[in-house]
Amino acid sequence: MVLQRSLVAVAILGSVYSFLAATVLMVLDAVDVAMTEAAVGAGLSTVLILATLYLTKPFESKSRRSVILPLVITIIVGGVIAWGTIGFPSFGDPMAPIQQHISPYYLANSLRETKVPNVVTAVLASYRGYDTLGETTVIFTAGIGVLMLLSRRRFKPINNKSE
Amino acid sequence: MKQNSIIRIVVKLLMPFIILFALYVQFHGDLGPGGGFQAGVIMAGAVVIYSLVFGLATAEALISLPVVRSLIPIGVLIYAGVGLFSLIKGRNYLDYSALHAEAATGQHIGIFVVELGVFITVFASMTAIFYAFAEQQKQNEEDSK
Repeated sequence: MVLQRSLVAVAILGSVYSFLAATVLMVLDAVDVAMTEAAVGAGLSTVLILATLYLTKPFESKSRRSVILPLVITIIVGGVIAWGTIGFPSFGDPMAPIQQHISPYYLANSLRETKVPNVVTAVLASYRGYDTLGETTVIFTAGIGVLMLLSRRRFKPINNKSE
Repeated sequence: MKQNSIIRIVVKLLMPFIILFALYVQFHGDLGPGGGFQAGVIMAGAVVIYSLVFGLATAEALISLPVVRSLIPIGVLIYAGVGLFSLIKGRNYLDYSALHAEAATGQHIGIFVVELGVFITVFASMTAIFYAFAEQQKQNEEDSK
């Protein structure tokens, strides 16, 4: 993916990567996230990236600057993040803080309190209703933002035929 | 892609199943995986693939840009409206227990309505963004003629 200069190929590889990530999430029993990853990451965003490439140039121009400094920074930051994960509790540990805090309450009471058997839905829409309202507003903002940006040209046509 | 009959027929056959799956994910979200966001994205995916294969004009005959554009805020308004309704009933904002005499049933109704709002906004936003890009391409093609 790094060595690829054709951005169309990069977009398709990104889509493949999203599908693989979706299968990983599926194995981790996060079906909701896997579904989102497959639909948004592999499907819609790939289409939008390809549409953008259609509007611009499908090839990456050669960078004039050296790649060594960004490479060093990336390796250092990645190393620090990987080093930080050493302190995590091991995967699926029942004594991990995340399993001890509020999850047992949701698992025990969400069916009685909301009559919704799917705990994920109950938490998202009811216990964390404010968050989900915020998320919906974010999507709303993104939608109208893109619409405003892209439909402006209709009133002010730019003559770039010579390009 | 208008000439490729294999893609046309496969997409035509798959369309009802994609839409059915989106609705299943939406209305089965209480019991199984999924919910408004996933369902909205799948539904938008259906419109996108339809538009890619049969052209933008055919997809806009299915659901036009002004409709999509007005659906974007409607979803948020539905969600916020549920919150306002419980405020009017004298409860906390977004406390779904106000929607029904029995608190748990109220929660169930509230989750259902709220998920519907999420579905509408997600579906409309994704479709509108895609339409915006597609229109831009059409514009460019007309400019270059």
